[in-house]
This record gives sequence, C-alpha cells and structure tokens, in this order.
Amino acid sequence: MSLLDVEHLRIDYRRYGVLRALFKREASRFSAVADVSFSLDAGRTLGIVGESGSGKSSVARSLIGLQAARGSIRYDGREIVRAGRREWKRLRRDIAMMWQDPIGSLSPRLSVASLITEPLRIQGRPGGRDEADRLLKMVGLPRALGARYAHQLSGGQARRVGVARALALDPKLLICDEPTAGLDMSVQGEILNLLNDIQQRTQVAIVIITHNLNLVRHITDEVAVMYLGRFVEQGATQAIFEHPRHPYTEALLSANPSPDPDARHGRIELSGEMPSPVRRPSGCEFHGRCPYARDDCAVIVPDWTHEPERAHACRYPLSS
Amino acid sequence: MSASISHASSSATPGTPLMQIDALSVDFDTASGPIHALRHISLSVMPGRILGLVGESGCGKSSLAYSLIGLLDTNARICGGAIRFGEQDLAGLSESHWQALRGRRIAMIFQDPMTSLNPVRTIGQQLIDIQYRDRTSRVQKRSRALEFLEQVRIPDPASRLDSYPHELSGGMRQRVCIAMALLTRPELLIADEPTTALDATLEVQVIHLLRELQQKHGCSVVFVSHHLGTVAELCDDVAVMYAGEVVETGSVETVFRTPAHPYTQALLACDPASIREATRVLPTIPGELPDLRQVPQGCIFQARCPQVFDRCRQRSPDIYPVQGEQVARCFRVASEEPSP
Repeated sequence: MSLLDVEHLRIDYRRYGVLRALFKREASRFSAVADVSFSLDAGRTLGIVGESGSGKSSVARSLIGLQAARGSIRYDGREIVRAGRREWKRLRRDIAMMWQDPIGSLSPRLSVASLITEPLRIQGRPGGRDEADRLLKMVGLPRALGARYAHQLSGGQARRVGVARALALDPKLLICDEPTAGLDMSVQGEILNLLNDIQQRTQVAIVIITHNLNLVRHITDEVAVMYLGRFVEQGATQAIFEHPRHPYTEALLSANPSPDPDARHGRIELSGEMPSPVRRPSGCEFHGRCPYARDDCAVIVPDWTHEPERAHACRYPLSS
Repeated sequence: MSASISHASSSATPGTPLMQIDALSVDFDTASGPIHALRHISLSVMPGRILGLVGESGCGKSSLAYSLIGLLDTNARICGGAIRFGEQDLAGLSESHWQALRGRRIAMIFQDPMTSLNPVRTIGQQLIDIQYRDRTSRVQKRSRALEFLEQVRIPDPASRLDSYPHELSGGMRQRVCIAMALLTRPELLIADEPTTALDATLEVQVIHLLRELQQKHGCSVVFVSHHLGTVAELCDDVAVMYAGEVVETGSVETVFRTPAHPYTQALLACDPASIREATRVLPTIPGELPDLRQVPQGCIFQARCPQVFDRCRQRSPDIYPVQGEQVARCFRVASEEPSP
C-alpha cells in the first residue's frame, strides 16, 4: 500500500444542460480526465507533465478535494474520493497545495505573518508570532518580511510564502501546481532546492504538475506524461528520459530546447494542435499528430504495455 | 553571415547594420525618483539576421524592444544616445514621424496573442485594415490577406478570414499576428516573447515558422526572450542583458558555447536543460537585482559575481573584445591575454 493510490480517476465537466444536450444530440458531459491511475510513496516525487488542456491541473485539484471525481483516490489506505467537507478539513492537515499563481493565491488583506500561520489557526492550533518566525526561517525569508503584504513581494518571495503556507501543518502529501511558473531561471532553482531540502527532512511525498520536462528530469523520481486527459507513458523518470517509448513523450522532450548550439536541430515538430476532449479522436488519441502513426493507429485503442520500471500506451513504441 | 537578401526596399547592404543603437539610455519617472532602466546600450541589428535579446525579468529587454519602435510608456524618457535607422535617428523622433515608420518599416509581434487582436473585427478585416497604405482594391487586399494566412500555415485559411479572434486557439492567433506584421513588408520585425504564452509543442511550430518566413522575406528580427533554449534555436546573434545593461554580445554559437561574462555563464548554468546529469540540487544566482534608482558604482553585476575583484567595485567596465564579434562588459575579459 502506498501513501497515495489513484485508480481509474475520471473527471467530467458539464457542457450542456440535459435538455440542450438532447436537442443538440450531443453528450451533456465530457471527460477532461479519463482513466488515470498512479501511486506515490512517502518521500518520493511524481511529476505529471502535459500541455494546457491535458487535464493535469484537474488531477491536482481532485487530489485536494476541490474537484469532484470518479474512480478511487486512497490516501493512507482510506478512500477519499467522496469525502465530505468535514472530512476534507481534517484531511487538509495532511494534504497541502501550492498554487500556480504565487501572488494571486495570497489574500491581499493579510500580512505575510498571518498568511503563513492561517492554516494553523484554521486547524485550531497556535499560530502566533513564534510560529510565523519559525516558518519564515524554514523557507529562508527574513523575519521583517512578516509585516509585508502580498503586493510588496517579488515573485520569488511570494513563492516562498506559498511554500511556507503549504508546509505550515507538516503535510505528508504536497501538491504543487506549476511551482516555478513565471519565475526566472536563477530563482527557480532556489524554490526547487528548498522543496528538496524539506522533503529530505520530512519525507513529504510531492506531486508536481508542470509543463517543463527539463525540471522534471532533475527533481522527480517518477513521471507521468499526460495527453488529452490520459497518461500515455509513466514510470521511473530516469528510464523514461533516457529512452522515451511513446512518441508524444519524445516530442515533449525535444520541445524543451537546450541552449547548447550543437543540439540546435534536434527538435521534433508535431503537426496540428491538441484536439478537444469533447470530440476525442478514434483509436490512439495521439494518432493525428504522431509523426510515426500507421493506418491502424486511427482505429485500434492502444493497451498499456508494462515494462520494468515503466509503462506506455503505444502500439508501435520507439525502440529503447 | 548571409548576404542573400531578397528584400527590395531594404536600403542597408550587408556589413552595415540595419539599425545601430549607440549608448542608448532610458529613464522611467516614478513617484520615488527616476529609474535608470537602460544605460549605455550599444547594439547593431544586422540586415537579414535575427538578434536575440535575452535576460531575466527586470533586465530591460522589453523596454529596449519598445524603444526601438517608439512604444515606450509615457513616463519613459530617452535621456541619451541614438538609434540610427537608415538616415534617421529614432531617439528623438516625433510622433508623426513614428507613425510613418511603424507598421511600415518596423513592425511588432506582442507577447500575448489574446489581447493584440481586435475582438470585434474578423481576422480578414484586420488583415485588410493593416494594408491601409496600399492603393490596391479591397479584393486585392483580401487575396493578399489570404496569401499570408497560407504562409503562416493556418489550416483552411479561406474560411478563417471570416473568423473572429476568439474562435482561434492561442497558437493560431499568434500566427495571425505574424501574418499581420509581415503584410506590411517591414525591414525590421520586433518580437516580444511571442512564444511565451504558447505550449511547448506549439512554440516549436511558431519558432520554425518565424525562421522560415524571416528567410523568405529577408527582414531582420529582434527577438526578445527569457528562454535561452529558444534563442539558441532561432537567433543568429544574441545580446545578454542584466539590470539595464548589455553585458555580452556575439553570435549565438560563440556566446552560448564559450560565454565570457560571469552573468552569462551563471545564467547558462542555471538552465536545467543545460545540465546533463540528473541532479537534485539546481544551481542558482544568489543575491538580488540592484536598485536602479541608485545605480551602484562599478560593475553592475559585482554584488552577485563569483569572480569579483577590487577593480569591479571602483569603476564600471568598458566593453572588451573576446573573440570574433563577441564582446563582454567585464574586466576579467580585458585582463586576459587574447588566446592564440
């Protein structure tokens, strides 16, 4: 049993009301996330990678109870996919979230000190000056910053406040949605190193949602590549980065170019854009953009192929 | 350097820059005094080449790009230097002269394709509007609009002419913006982070498209980006900026292969894409940007530079040659003997 076990997770969004759907002869709902399964142990980091619209943020929101989902989410052996409000309040002592927009996710009316101790007060624990100082120190911010407000922070400082808020209750599972989006390269490393230090100390399990594969290579143990609401390849980060088996993984890997001028011409250009989850393509859903697609890819839905340390959903995988 | 420039209206010949920026300085007036946002910027934009302006937030790369097309905010002031473009100095140009230049000889693509198109006019109308200077019929303008939509590879371009911007995806809208910019046959195209708002696989498409069209039309491009990998992929030349100064310039090949300025070196080291072995501890650049209200004495990077020495704190380094066309604003470069 892992700390987190997700099986056949499915997230539907409503598109039309029932009557309108009947009238239009189209389904009233569509699946933004369709059948996603993974598990995560304490002290480990999983990266969920995909482009806008792949459903990765929906997965993140369902893990913290902000998005109704079907299937199964077991935390510490307990089924939480249908947990109610009261249960979630208790669960959020253990499961915390770091939001994508560092400044937008902080209340403009609260000082930094009260922002970072707010989770403690909500859970009925002492959240005074001492606690604020301890948390500021933990994330490497000067004490004096406690008196400031969100709009007075730099992007990097706001991220650190986000880390402090997320870690205030010593969670066992931390969900980070694009933890370094909008940060400069030189600051991005600071935030990720901070998360890494804290994980070494507390054995917190981390799920990182990102579109940046270059980061994932360095900071995760496992990775899942998401396309149109499904995982197409998942497993040990090192194995997948050394030899991607799914063509979409390969394309994503080449789409984050390195500044090395020698590596200049290695990028794979995919044709077209991601289709809409409202009208899913037949067969393998990637076939329309896949540079290696064969005729039957448009017809036959690929099964999962399990290999040591990894699995992929492609009928004609790249050779390893 | 490519000499095959098919651009008829370009007055520049290879070897002489299309645009020459000389010691350009720009201040922004704020309630708490002027911010010296750009200081003594000297750069050449060569004909038919793509120049990348790269640096982190606050380095002034966007301000520099905007000053080249006369779109700086009203609280900005060009307080020194010149921007030579053909016969003209753009630094002191009046608004009426700018209007004659913008959208004719100099065009721009903006960062956000969501807000740079008019939401209440169709793509076709906007592509026709931008040809307002041409004395051709509406039918001819429409067929040119169609031709350019084909060039930027919009699927089913004829029906897209009647679409509104909100009916197109972000990637498609950025393609429309590129088509609009090129319709004016500019000699210089300024692109301010045009792929930052796009997904990685779409970014690849747009980068390849820009490269192809630049070669086809023979214009020069100033490409602003914070993404080193994108610059390495697209640009011929690069200027690395830090805190309002250009600290290093040269061809992409030499600067990215053998960076001379400590900031360029640190910036390249921080890019996770350039770290070959997987590592849990990522490099950073400790310290913060200096306050540009009171620009510190000496080298602008001294407080964060791992190779700082006494002279760096006393006076500001000049621009020193490194190799070929590569130059850097660093005493370390000046003190080293040129390698044989």
